Amino acid sequence: MKILCAVKRVVDYNVKIRVKTDQSGVETSNVKFSMNPFDEIAVEEAVRLKEAGTATEIVVVSVGPTQAQETLRTALAMGADRAILVQTDVTTEPLAVAKVLKALVGKEAPGLVILGKQAIDDDCNQTGQMLAALLGWGQGTFASKVAPAGDAVAVTREIDGGLEVVSLKLPAVVTADLRLNEPRYASLPNIMKAKKKPLETVTPDSLGVDVTPRLKTVKVAEPAKRQAGIKVPDVATLVDKLKTEARVI
Amino acid sequence: MPILILADHDNASLKPATAHAVTAATKLGGDVHILVAGRNAAPAAEQAAKLAGVAKVLLADDAAYEHALAEPVAALLVSLASGYSHVLAAATSAGKNVLPRVAALLDVAMISDITAVVAADTFERPIYAGNAVATVQSTDPVKVITVRTTAFEAAPATGSATVESIAAVADPALSGFISAELSKSERPELTSARIVISGGRGMQSGDNFHLLEGIADKLGAAVGASRAAVDAGFVPNDYQVGQTGKIVAPDLYVAVGISGAIQHLAGMKDSKVIVAINKDEEAPIFQVADYGLVADLFKALPELQQAI
Repeated sequence: MKILCAVKRVVDYNVKIRVKTDQSGVETSNVKFSMNPFDEIAVEEAVRLKEAGTATEIVVVSVGPTQAQETLRTALAMGADRAILVQTDVTTEPLAVAKVLKALVGKEAPGLVILGKQAIDDDCNQTGQMLAALLGWGQGTFASKVAPAGDAVAVTREIDGGLEVVSLKLPAVVTADLRLNEPRYASLPNIMKAKKKPLETVTPDSLGVDVTPRLKTVKVAEPAKRQAGIKVPDVATLVDKLKTEARVI
Repeated sequence: MPILILADHDNASLKPATAHAVTAATKLGGDVHILVAGRNAAPAAEQAAKLAGVAKVLLADDAAYEHALAEPVAALLVSLASGYSHVLAAATSAGKNVLPRVAALLDVAMISDITAVVAADTFERPIYAGNAVATVQSTDPVKVITVRTTAFEAAPATGSATVESIAAVADPALSGFISAELSKSERPELTSARIVISGGRGMQSGDNFHLLEGIADKLGAAVGASRAAVDAGFVPNDYQVGQTGKIVAPDLYVAVGISGAIQHLAGMKDSKVIVAINKDEEAPIFQVADYGLVADLFKALPELQQAI
């Protein structure tokens, strides 16, 4: 079974982001970028499925600027076999990415697509569900366990009340949650090897997909700041403050 | 045109999150309809009909909808959507699962996790773990939206809408429910509790969470956790508060042994009053806490339980 993974280049999760003064967006120059953490988990799962003999080939895709090649190289170093960059400088929305991925699924015919459940920049949590919809496939979102067997895959999902297991007909789309696995660090030899793995660049146009944003971003602002509070010396003072000042207990 | 809300429910009862989505819907201008798709879900539909501001409840009762699987529920919503200006759901795990599927099938953009309605086509939503707030405008014919429940009050149960049964549509039969393992707790639900007490890595073990539970029981509070505590296996996944876990905004949030990574703050910084108990006085959690106590939690928690 071939697996297709999608990865996004995002501002690193450790970066304290700043809103641009003209409110047009978030400052991204001179900021560290890395692979969206949930996508790392998705790639790791694909690599594990290949190591277990379930998957035969892993194709990793990113939709983004030229620099997303680095993100793809990271995935190749983790164990993906080849990469496709769908190069665009447009800030793509999930629907556009889902359409691009659908076009690539048409060419690659994978048995399973694994994505991160959410990108930590736009926090949309949409692309996997949208891709499944466009393909007419089943979806296993927020996965904490993925168990393919024959022509189906059992997916354990993290839901509000606990866990749920669903069975999906293959091919299907799975989105990775935090506890699906712990992604490996790529070793130096694997990073070197990844440089020689195939990386193809295409454009949304060549796939016949219009990635023009549908939504207009009117502005991006700083959230309301919390007032700094006080330190209390002991538990008795804390309880007193909560009872008489904050009146919450 | 009317507005359609997908109810979050377990057939026997309506989840409180839906009442918050109703309040967001009433700001859009238009009759508010609620869709209850389930099996033997009349009790949930009756509760939905009592929410103030709701004009009509549509009940689709069919085996295909029993477990709220995304594929059949999305197919049903798509069959109804052309009669509506907006399709909404609370941003719960169920809403987040189904609505993007609906948006893609309608070929419209989706707007996740709105925190304010600026106009019927313009909304605020947090991005970058809530460190920025984007205002976005949609020109799509149907707006597909999930609602952050903490940003909107719950609609009161003072209404009396009619419940109308509707037929199921063909199930795409792509998925099946196998099992669920739901946490059982006598305590209030995390996202609707008035008080939440959460533990982090500093709790050191799952057993030590009983120190929080004793206090929670005295205060009628829910118990939550940071990602670190869940990853370490101290507590189940559904305890997690944060950017990609549960978003809470109780009257009182008590963070115990939690350092305060931005991903955790994203899930609780809209709480009215925040208390932090941590032995590291440099912990970032103190920057958002109204009351900070620098102390060893294993000493402070028993004292706290005594004092309240």
